[in-house]
Amino acid sequence: MSSLLAQDVASETRGVRAVLIALALVVLLLVLLLPLVAVFYEALRQGFAEYFAAVLEPDARAAFALTLTVAAIAVPLNLLFGLAAAWAIAKYEFRFKNVLITLIDVPFSVSPVIAGLIYVLLYGAHGWFGPWLQEHDIEIIFAVPGIVLATTFVTFPFVARELIPLMQEQGRHMEEVALSLGASGWTTFFRVTLPNIRWGLLYGVLLCNARAMGEFGAVSVVSGHIRGETNTLPLHVEILYNEYNFVAAFAVASLLALLALLTLAIKSFLEWRHADALAASHRH
Amino acid sequence: MAAVRVQRDILPGFHWALGYSLLWMGVIVILPLIAVFARGLADGIEPLVRVALSERAIAAYKLSFGAAALAALINSVLGVLVAWVLVRYRFPGRQLLDALVDLPIALPTAVAGIALTALYASNGWIGQWLEPLGIKLAFTPGGVVLALMFIGLPFVVRTVQPVLADLGRSVEEAAATLGAGRWLTFRRVILPAIGPALLTGVALAFARGVGEYGSVIFIAGNMPYQTEIAPLLIVIQLEQYDYVGAAAIAVVMLVVSFAVLLAINLLQGWARRRMGGRL
Repeated sequence: MSSLLAQDVASETRGVRAVLIALALVVLLLVLLLPLVAVFYEALRQGFAEYFAAVLEPDARAAFALTLTVAAIAVPLNLLFGLAAAWAIAKYEFRFKNVLITLIDVPFSVSPVIAGLIYVLLYGAHGWFGPWLQEHDIEIIFAVPGIVLATTFVTFPFVARELIPLMQEQGRHMEEVALSLGASGWTTFFRVTLPNIRWGLLYGVLLCNARAMGEFGAVSVVSGHIRGETNTLPLHVEILYNEYNFVAAFAVASLLALLALLTLAIKSFLEWRHADALAASHRH
Repeated sequence: MAAVRVQRDILPGFHWALGYSLLWMGVIVILPLIAVFARGLADGIEPLVRVALSERAIAAYKLSFGAAALAALINSVLGVLVAWVLVRYRFPGRQLLDALVDLPIALPTAVAGIALTALYASNGWIGQWLEPLGIKLAFTPGGVVLALMFIGLPFVVRTVQPVLADLGRSVEEAAATLGAGRWLTFRRVILPAIGPALLTGVALAFARGVGEYGSVIFIAGNMPYQTEIAPLLIVIQLEQYDYVGAAAIAVVMLVVSFAVLLAINLLQGWARRRMGGRL
C-alpha cells in the first residue's frame, strides 16, 4: 500500500502522461522521422526502374567505391590511434593527461568546413607544403589523399572517446595478472585487453564508420568535385541535387539513409545485448 | 637527478602508445589547426580584421550564432520533453523511439539537408500547409534554425537522459508529501538537478550548430547578408583562392568554438560535482 501511495504522489496523472507522450511522439515523428520518410518517398517517386538506374549509373558507382575506400583507410587509422591513446590514458598516470583528453575531442567542435580548410592551407597549391608537393608531383588536395585526411580529422575522436572511459573502468588489474603469469605484452593485449573491450571497440568503429561514409562539409572543401574521380556519395547527392535531378539525388541519398538505419540498428543491438561491455554512459 | 627515481612499470607499451598518440594527433589535428592561425595572421592583423569583421562576415556570424542559439534554446524544451517521456514512461514503441533519437547523428548531413528542403519548400509536405499561413521556412533564416534543430536534438536528449534516469525518486516524493504539485516539483526539484546536464547538452548542440554546413546550405538559400552562414563564407573565400580571407573567418569561428568547448568542460566538471561523482 505504501509503495502504491509513493507512486501516486511522485508521478503524473494518466491524462498528463498521455499528453506528454503524445507531444514527444509528435516532436520525434515530425522532426526526425518525417525527413527520413521523405528521402525514400522522393527516391521512389518515379518507380523502382528509375531508382535503380540512378543508383547503378557509373558515376554513382564510382562515388560508392570512393566512399568505401576512404572509410576503409580512415577508420583503421583512427582505430589504431584510439587504441594507443586509450591504452596510454587508461592504464597509466601522467602529467597533462586531462589536457590530452580534451584535445582528442577538439575535432568535434571544429566546423567541418574548417576541417577541410586546414588541409588546403597546408597541402593546397598555395599552402605551406604546396610548392614542395608540386615539385615532387604529389597530389593531396583535390585528390583522394586530401579526402582521406579530412575524413580522418572529422572522425578522429570516435574510437578513442569510446575506449577511454571503458578501459578506465576496467583498470589494469587483469593485464598485471597476465603479465605476472609470464604472458608477453602483445599476448596480454590480444588475449586479455582486446576481448574485454571488443564490444566498446565495435561501438566506436560503427559510429566512426557512419561519419566517415557520410561526411560532407570537410570532404566538399578538399575534393574538387571531379565526377567519377573525387566524388564521394554525399558529394554526388549534392551534384545531382544542384542539377535538379531530384529523383537521382534522393535515390543516392537513400543509400546513405539505409547506412544510417543499419548503423542505428547495430548500435541499439549493442546497447541492448552487450550493455555491460560498453562504457557506462551507454547503459540505458 | 637522483631524486627522480623511475620505477619500471610491469605493464609495457606506455611510451610507444603515448608517443604514437601524440605524433598522430600532431599530424592530423594540431599542426593543421596551427596553420589556420598562422595563415590568418600571416600578413599581420590588418587583413584579418578587414575580412573577419567585414559587413558580410558579421552578417554571416549573426546568422550562424543566432540560429544556433535559437535552435539550441528550442531544443532545450523539446529535448527535456523527449528525455522525460523516454525515461519515465513505458509505452509500446518506446525503444524504437529511443533509437530514433540518434538518427541525426547517423544520417549524413547532406541527406538531412535535401530531405528538410523537400519537406519545407512551398510545395513540400509541410511547406504547402505553412505557406497559406504566411510562414516561409525554406530559403529563409527560419530554415537554418529548422536544420539546426534537427542536428542538435540528440545532443540535448542524450545528455539529459542518463541524469534523469539516475535521479532518486525520494526527493520527488518528499516534495509531494510537503504539498508540492508535480509542476512545482519539476520546476523546483527536478529542473535544478538536471540543470548542469541540460546546459551541457544545449552548449553541445550550439557548438555543433555554429559550424554545421551540410544540412544547412540546401535549405538556407545562401543569399549574402541574409541567409549566408559563416562556414559557407569560408567556402566562398576558398573558391576565390583568398586563403587569408578564409583563414580569417575560420580564426574567428575557432576562437568561439574553443571558448564553448572550455565552457562545456567547466559545465561537465560542475555537473559531476553536483551529482556527487555519480556521473
